Amino acid sequence: MSLTVDIQKQLGAFSLDVSFEANPDEVLALLGASGCGKSMTLKCIAGVEKPDRGRIVLNGRTLFDAEKHINLPPQKRRVGYLFQQYALFPNMTIYQNVYAGAKGRADAKQVVEEKLEALHLTGLEHKRPRELSGGQQQRVALARILVNEPEALLLDEPFSALDSYLRWELELELTDTLRAFSGPSIFVSHSREEVFRICGNVCVLSAGRSERKRSVQELFARPDTLASCLLTGCKNLSRIKVLDSGRVAALDWGTELETGDRALDGIAYIGVKSRHMEIVPETAAGSKNVFPCTVARLIEDERRFIVVMDTPAGQDGYSIVNMTVEYAQGQALHVGDRLYIQIAPSDIMLLQK
Amino acid sequence: MDWFPLWNSLRIAGISTVIIFFVGIFAAYYIAKVPRIVKGILDVILTLPMVLPPTVVGYLLLRVLGPKRIIGAWVLSTFGVKLTMTWWSAIFATTVVIFPLMYRTVRGAFESFDDTLAYAGQTLGLSNTYIFWHIRIPYCSQGILAGTVLAFARALGEYGATSMIAGYTPGRTATISTTVYQLWRTNDDAQAFKWVLINIAISAIVLLAVNMMERRSASRVKRGAKKEAV
Repeated sequence: MSLTVDIQKQLGAFSLDVSFEANPDEVLALLGASGCGKSMTLKCIAGVEKPDRGRIVLNGRTLFDAEKHINLPPQKRRVGYLFQQYALFPNMTIYQNVYAGAKGRADAKQVVEEKLEALHLTGLEHKRPRELSGGQQQRVALARILVNEPEALLLDEPFSALDSYLRWELELELTDTLRAFSGPSIFVSHSREEVFRICGNVCVLSAGRSERKRSVQELFARPDTLASCLLTGCKNLSRIKVLDSGRVAALDWGTELETGDRALDGIAYIGVKSRHMEIVPETAAGSKNVFPCTVARLIEDERRFIVVMDTPAGQDGYSIVNMTVEYAQGQALHVGDRLYIQIAPSDIMLLQK
Repeated sequence: MDWFPLWNSLRIAGISTVIIFFVGIFAAYYIAKVPRIVKGILDVILTLPMVLPPTVVGYLLLRVLGPKRIIGAWVLSTFGVKLTMTWWSAIFATTVVIFPLMYRTVRGAFESFDDTLAYAGQTLGLSNTYIFWHIRIPYCSQGILAGTVLAFARALGEYGATSMIAGYTPGRTATISTTVYQLWRTNDDAQAFKWVLINIAISAIVLLAVNMMERRSASRVKRGAKKEAV
């Protein structure tokens, strides 16, 4: 019981090249910036778009195989698709919407009623989708998918249409639903927080290309490409030039850094999390991995300050670095202050392009 | 007063509207799927009757349906039926003339359809036929209805092509529009004026119906938008 995807598709100048495998019970995240091909990948799995090459296999059933000319219609794939805007049929009532998913089943009436109750939709049966809140609409869409008994679930940014309070409530609900579901689920998102909380494993998609699948914890602790590092929310990045083993020049920061005993083959960037930047006393200037910065902006955040600094290399693009400091420490700082920043070699993330 | 022209006009317009209802919908649906170049060419051909003078349409129809022309001659020799100068000959004329109205309006409605609804239906195992009749058509019903009413109104007023292909025979092929012309020509001003009033009344009712439908759909959209904002 698993979902294997290995497909290529050309769309004008954009090329999609995605491959991953999702195990049963697994909630696999497809994480990527908008326009990186996440939705297109889901559409190919569901069968409403056709890849140019490759294959898609679900629980041993070939859904698509370009070489064998197999392309099952979406109706026969048994893949549940939760659309971003839920795609409820506006001309049908809530009951009719859910019933559409159970059409053809002998026990349709019964399962529809059970599912409506399980998802707290009792009493709304005769309303139209537009009369419901965003959260209720999502539950209807889920009920409609679940009565259809799919073998895999595809969720396309399920919370993007909701405001933040509802979002949290629904996230808890959806997590329960996903836990109860026995097949593989693919969760598409551009939000690292959502992915971290909901998914076990993640596959990063950047400009149509999928990176290797890994655990969410691994991605956040040790991203290894520029795209995945950006997706984890890291704001301090620099292009590098390798000087010799264990030593690089951070071109955007105008400083040299020791990276410890690690291979630097193919490394084009480094990233450092804001919390791994440390202010050291001026007397430490000149010691290992210390470089001077100038405070450019102080931004008050919830019970802390974000310090935006210029590096010796400049004042824009990657040359700006950010760190967070305690509230009291932030209050004592001023724009224009000169700070000495130290980075531990092991906290430097080595990134491929 | 002889009411035949009213009855004849209504049945001609009614039948051609029923035909064009289905033909227009299917043309709009399938032509949306063909490659862009083919679509462009078909668009021009199918919309042409809307801008051509009705007499030109009538002439072209006579060129193919006339008793000595290709289709007309074949039907006459095979079934012994003449395609011109009967009351139903006018249906050919009105059908061709009103087709672009229906086709254009319905295509506009289909283009506004949210494709994810069809995708959702497909992934739920609903057949494409079911999706078409139970999701796509209801979604686009306002546009389809508007197209149908406009087509009916236009069919009711068709004169040029109708007079060429069905002629004017009182009690047999006379429609309101051909009757008005005939009465005016024979200086029967009082009778002509009566038919003019009848025609204006029918057209006004039809347009009123279109307006009411548009207002209803507009308020429905507004209500929907308000709900979303909440």
